[in-house]
Amino acid sequence: MNITEFSLLVWVASLLAGFVGSLTGLGGGIIITPVLTLALGVDIRYAIGASLVSVIATSSGAAAAYVREGFSNIRIGMFLEIATTLGALGGALLATRIPTTAISIIFGLALIYSAYASSRPRRGRQGDCRADSLATRLKMQGVFPTPDGPRGYCPQAIPAGFSMMFGAGVLSGLLGIGSGAVKVIAMDQAMGLPFKVSTTTSNFMIGVTAAASAGVYLSRGYIDPGLAAPVMLGVVAGSLVGARVLAQAKTKWLRLVFGVVIAVLAIEMIYHGLTGRL
Amino acid sequence: MAGETRRWTDQVVEEWIGNLLRAGVTLSAAVVLFGTGVYLVRHGHELPHYHAFVGTPQDLRNVSGIWRNVLAFKGRGLIQLGLLLLIATPVARVAFSVVAFVLERDRLYVVVTLIVLAILSYSLTGGRL
Repeated sequence: MNITEFSLLVWVASLLAGFVGSLTGLGGGIIITPVLTLALGVDIRYAIGASLVSVIATSSGAAAAYVREGFSNIRIGMFLEIATTLGALGGALLATRIPTTAISIIFGLALIYSAYASSRPRRGRQGDCRADSLATRLKMQGVFPTPDGPRGYCPQAIPAGFSMMFGAGVLSGLLGIGSGAVKVIAMDQAMGLPFKVSTTTSNFMIGVTAAASAGVYLSRGYIDPGLAAPVMLGVVAGSLVGARVLAQAKTKWLRLVFGVVIAVLAIEMIYHGLTGRL
Repeated sequence: MAGETRRWTDQVVEEWIGNLLRAGVTLSAAVVLFGTGVYLVRHGHELPHYHAFVGTPQDLRNVSGIWRNVLAFKGRGLIQLGLLLLIATPVARVAFSVVAFVLERDRLYVVVTLIVLAILSYSLTGGRL
């Protein structure tokens, strides 16, 4: 197989990963890395470098559509980005120091957790809105559009959310993923934000978080142009298609099928890490 | 917040930011696609080498090296340039937010945003400890 054929194969795989990532809400980055390493025999460091690049592209591309809807909260996002970028920087530096077998095992666990978290029913808290003094000082209160007109919300437990965001950043930098699932949980479970505000603000933050590890990846030679190019172009195209389908089709059975595929990928990543075959 | 600054509401800022992000991604994807074409025409028949990690060549790991490759019209240099543009997109978004918060006279968030920008700059200069 020469480079042209290999690039085409990677592009198709990335297209599928972007599509599945978009439909399941997991993001393409967390799916393309196991495919590259397990099916195409790519070293995991090249795979996470290419995946991270695709994460920046999908997040930034989707943000344009989200901001117009008026759900994302720029102040909450910016404040929490202090935690995610610091975490991402630490995670990326950690990735260059620990063995690839450990990265593979952590990757498998993160994949299972993300799949579990994104399949749970949404239950952003509604109703009583007690003003939190720290949130008030940080001007985090906001309103979001509902069918019955704009509705207010009051963020709670800022320190807990901030700490979880640091963890999300470490995972992002260590594994080259967006870690959107952890970000959403930090906001809608810990901080009590409405679900839609959490997902759109999370998407907004993913690109900035990933950019914080990208510098480290680039200088350590993880971002290989020949691999990153088909991955980025494929994942972006796949995500765009996925977003279209998501808006039209009933995706319940699709999600179920992909859930099984993702579980298999995760177990394979852990198994390969444990047996040192990466 | 009165007069001129009133126009810089969060909604206006977010729309600007959304457009900025989309323009950045589109431009970067176009450059990457072009670079991929050049790379495949010249090296497409060679064998891929991603099984064992050696890392990208040193001159594709930093801005000045990448720029030299772009000037020499190398496919891999052009792709890296596109990827640099992509990485720069969220950074530009944060930088733009600093300006927006200054215009909104929100001193607290000017500081918050500058901290994020400082962390990003540290990473982009290599993140050496």
